[in-house]
Amino acid sequence: MTAEITTEKARIGAPSIAGFTEEGEGLVSAKVDHSHNHGVTVMSSRAERLTSFDVADFALPTGREEEWRFSPVRALANLLSDTATALDPEPAAAFTVDAPEGYLRTPLAPGAAPRGTVLTPADRAAVVASANADEALHLVIPAEAEPAEPLRILVHGAGAGRRSNAHFVLEAGANSRSVVIVEHTGAADHNGNVEVIVGEGAKLTVISVQLWEDDAKHLGQHDAQVGKDAVYKHIAVSLGGSIVRLNSNVRFSGEGAEAELLGLYYADAGQHLEHRSFVDHNEPNCKSNVLYKGALQGKNAHTVWVGDVLIQKQALGTDSYEKNQNLVLTDGCRADSVPNLEIETGLIEGAGHASSTGRFDDEHLFYLMARGIPEEVARRLVVRGFLNEIIQQIKVPALEERLTEAVERELAATNS
Amino acid sequence: MSTLEIKDLHVSIDTEQGTKEILKGVSLTIRTGETHAIMGPNGSGKSTLASTIAGHPRYNVTGGTITLDGEDVLAMSVDERARAGLFLAMQYPVEVPGVTMTNFLRTAKTAIDGQAPALRTWTKDVKAAMQQLRIDADFAQRNVNEGFSGGEKKRVEILQLELFKPKFAVLDETDSGLDVDALKIVSEGVNRAHAEGKMGTMLITHYTRILRYIKPEFVHVFVDGQVVEEGGPELADRLEEEGYDRYAKGAGAASIAAAAAAAQA
Repeated sequence: MTAEITTEKARIGAPSIAGFTEEGEGLVSAKVDHSHNHGVTVMSSRAERLTSFDVADFALPTGREEEWRFSPVRALANLLSDTATALDPEPAAAFTVDAPEGYLRTPLAPGAAPRGTVLTPADRAAVVASANADEALHLVIPAEAEPAEPLRILVHGAGAGRRSNAHFVLEAGANSRSVVIVEHTGAADHNGNVEVIVGEGAKLTVISVQLWEDDAKHLGQHDAQVGKDAVYKHIAVSLGGSIVRLNSNVRFSGEGAEAELLGLYYADAGQHLEHRSFVDHNEPNCKSNVLYKGALQGKNAHTVWVGDVLIQKQALGTDSYEKNQNLVLTDGCRADSVPNLEIETGLIEGAGHASSTGRFDDEHLFYLMARGIPEEVARRLVVRGFLNEIIQQIKVPALEERLTEAVERELAATNS
Repeated sequence: MSTLEIKDLHVSIDTEQGTKEILKGVSLTIRTGETHAIMGPNGSGKSTLASTIAGHPRYNVTGGTITLDGEDVLAMSVDERARAGLFLAMQYPVEVPGVTMTNFLRTAKTAIDGQAPALRTWTKDVKAAMQQLRIDADFAQRNVNEGFSGGEKKRVEILQLELFKPKFAVLDETDSGLDVDALKIVSEGVNRAHAEGKMGTMLITHYTRILRYIKPEFVHVFVDGQVVEEGGPELADRLEEEGYDRYAKGAGAASIAAAAAAAQA
């Protein structure tokens, strides 16, 4: 199936929800599921999803489960098995940390707090990663620290098909300001969890960059808890790898916090890039914004975005918006886009979602060329402009430049 | 002084029922400074002529020539035609995702002129042109035509006309769907571009009302893929009174030929 051209928009403000009383009583939870799935049981609330540290609680997925139905589970067998990291002749992945002195702490064993206080595995991949990561890399940005350079964790896969398990714990102290870049290169079957604790008033940006080689596979659960008045930004950039599936989840531990979950992906022929986000508005007066943008080209390029937002009954004054936009450049691609919005209180600032999948087609090309712009330039103009909205949010000039170049290389491949 | 010359142009399109001939021998010459109105009922081939001049891939030229100062336009790609000085204000401008107006206008201007415009004067020119066409300043940061109303899209077409300064402008039903105020604004834009004295204009329209604001020297009536009558502005006045009925198929080829002969006499 080629992607259908769809546009869906909704904006729900407190006064416009029919049936909601001012006291917020007698509320029904509004569930929006635009996937039009048939024969699949949809849970009544995202909050009911199982989380556990016990591998036995998660059966191997068949591909029919709600959270796996878009994923090529058969190709993920190695990553979903309860398997230790391959160590011989060298570890399946090498980790290099670049951070100011004292930021890198002693690794955390399973159960050693703060490990496990924010991230509880929510699917089979995350639980086997958690169970098989004996030591979690622990980075602490001290309170009020403002490191001049971004902190970096480089994950380099030593070879395709080799199983790697990882768990990172990132702590941003109160009122600190920092950027952490987690960059993935090389190839491996990498299962990586990232647990993020954002202290009160802190500002933390976590950028997960997937520049894997073509034969890498990567599953990950990135969970964050955002403190009072803190600002958290998570940016997922997925360009490389044969299969990448990242879950970026956030909840709050105080009022006045903001979370922004951003993503950029560019799928080529045969590539599966899947991003799922979940914002749990469990505290009042928090803000969230989710924006994922993707481009697709080539036969069987497949992208998935599933964006869940839950506004709990006590989360008065919530302001939330989520949007996914896909740009289909050639025939034979598939873009799945599913926004799910659950609202349990009417006393909110606003909640909205939008999803659109558009084609760059001959009429666009004709319009731009009719203004003197050569075909190649026209194509670049459209894709670069489309993805730039995310790239410019990174605000690390050297990384922005590298990613712009990486996108250009993807574009050049369109025409080969 | 430039000349756009269309000679015995035959154009067909591929349909499910096979090839269909739309233009059946059209000849027309436009020079710098002239305004030609192409009028005719729906389906007469007016828009086909416009799109063919611009090089839309849907239209196959099966005979005849189009030349710009002697250069073979039909041998040029779409972007080459624009760079050679042809501009088509489209009837249904498409929305281009991901490209802001600012970026688009600068990229197009650079392509057409062969060099980037001087940044300071360019920004000023764009702002001034937008103001004259009553286009909100925030449109500059929006994606090309995305979410614009029909009238806004037409104004943005004329904005480009004013900024790109083509040798020949083809306006494909730019007046359709405009209210009177918008029609005036758009017409003023065309007249400003024309007043610079370096442009020839082909104004394609179904209705005569735009001719109250843009004055053509020549009027050509299109019926069934051919020019059936030509004349001066007075022909447009007659059309306003009588409509296209007298060119209807029932009127017969003989009377059309007679009318054409009368017009040429």
